[in-house]
Amino acid sequence: MDTSRLGDTMLSEYAVFGVLLLAGFAFVAAAMAANAVLRPSAPSEAKGSTYECGVDPVGGDWAQVHIRFYVYAFLFVLFAVEAVFLFPWAAVFRAFGTAAAVEMGLFVGVLALGLAYAWRKGVLRWR
Amino acid sequence: MLLDLIVKVAAVLAAFLVLPLVVGQTEHKLMAHMQGRLGPMHAGGFHGWAQLIADGVKFAQKEDLVPDAADKPVFKLAPAVALLPYLLVLLFIPLGPGDLVGSALDMGLFVVVALVGVGVLAVLMAGWSSANKYTLVGALRGAAQLMAYELPLVLAAASVAVAAGTLSLPTIVEAWNPWWLLWQAPAALVFFTAGLAEIRRPPFDAPVADSELVFGYLTEYAGLRFALLLLAEYVGIVVVAALTTVLFLGGWRGPGPESLGWLWTLLKTGALAAVVIWLRVAWPRLRVDQIQALCWKALVPIALAQLVLTTAVALAL
Repeated sequence: MDTSRLGDTMLSEYAVFGVLLLAGFAFVAAAMAANAVLRPSAPSEAKGSTYECGVDPVGGDWAQVHIRFYVYAFLFVLFAVEAVFLFPWAAVFRAFGTAAAVEMGLFVGVLALGLAYAWRKGVLRWR
Repeated sequence: MLLDLIVKVAAVLAAFLVLPLVVGQTEHKLMAHMQGRLGPMHAGGFHGWAQLIADGVKFAQKEDLVPDAADKPVFKLAPAVALLPYLLVLLFIPLGPGDLVGSALDMGLFVVVALVGVGVLAVLMAGWSSANKYTLVGALRGAAQLMAYELPLVLAAASVAVAAGTLSLPTIVEAWNPWWLLWQAPAALVFFTAGLAEIRRPPFDAPVADSELVFGYLTEYAGLRFALLLLAEYVGIVVVAALTTVLFLGGWRGPGPESLGWLWTLLKTGALAAVVIWLRVAWPRLRVDQIQALCWKALVPIALAQLVLTTAVALAL
């Protein structure tokens, strides 16, 4: 395949993606437009108030959340970086053979060690 | 080429609008019969087949309620952000061999995984912008769950990419071999479980948890916006079932002529969707800490081990 044809197919693959995204927005917009024509509108103070099981809301809309969520977010970031590296590697590693496999093995091993450390330190315990 | 593009967009939109309704109606009836009920029987006459269409007509006539305290633009945009990524995923799922795929992009698997990851954004947008304690707690539960389960999902998908040596979904199906059912079985289980958690289906519905959080991050939604968020859940079932089919169950491969391959894809996807429905009936909801423990202490280590195994076998072959 010569490069100009390759460019054409690439472009059409992305074009269909873009058109579908626009079509999706058009679907949501059309549904909301139909809704705007069909729906009643009778706003009231009660309808606009925050829902708390039918009684008047107590306090503000802020809730305290435990620090444990923060630790999990940290763990996630570490592994997400690995995942980004994995995909291009998966597509080409056969061409490089054992050397590439061993390198990724080391990379995965270090991460597994990190998870084991976090586990041992009790980070994964929900307290 | 323009005609080709229009046909593909129309076909994906049709699948997007029809398949979730089929899954939803099946859920109504299957769940009812599993619980010794009849389910919808009136709408449309024959066994209530038109129930969801009637629901849609009703939702379209409902008042558009936005709480006064809400961050209104974000609140209004969240249903679209929840829905559209799944629509775009459907573009990459090969229905059959040859041209029966919306887009045969070489990095299809990568794009699909990235699109599924957008879900966390929609949950946070919906829950936080509602300015309600319950929705905020639901959204944070959802964010923690979706981020955690993205890892096993991505690692299991990477295992298939290593086995097939490509990121293109049609090529993965072509490279598929029945013995992958054994070789990739742990990855398949991890992928399907993590997929369930990604779409917040029971037993992973702690972010919604109707008995603790009213309706989690969806509490303040009503009318058509609520319907769109529910539609996203059912498109999610189709997407997770179809992706599991394509990556682990050989997609269109099966006995019979290749021209009937699309039937195999639909059958396998339908069977997995039925499993998703059955799990909702049969399993109690997991607690938030159990959800995190299952991910970090079971699924992530299994997925990592599977990756090492896949690489070793792929090198040996």
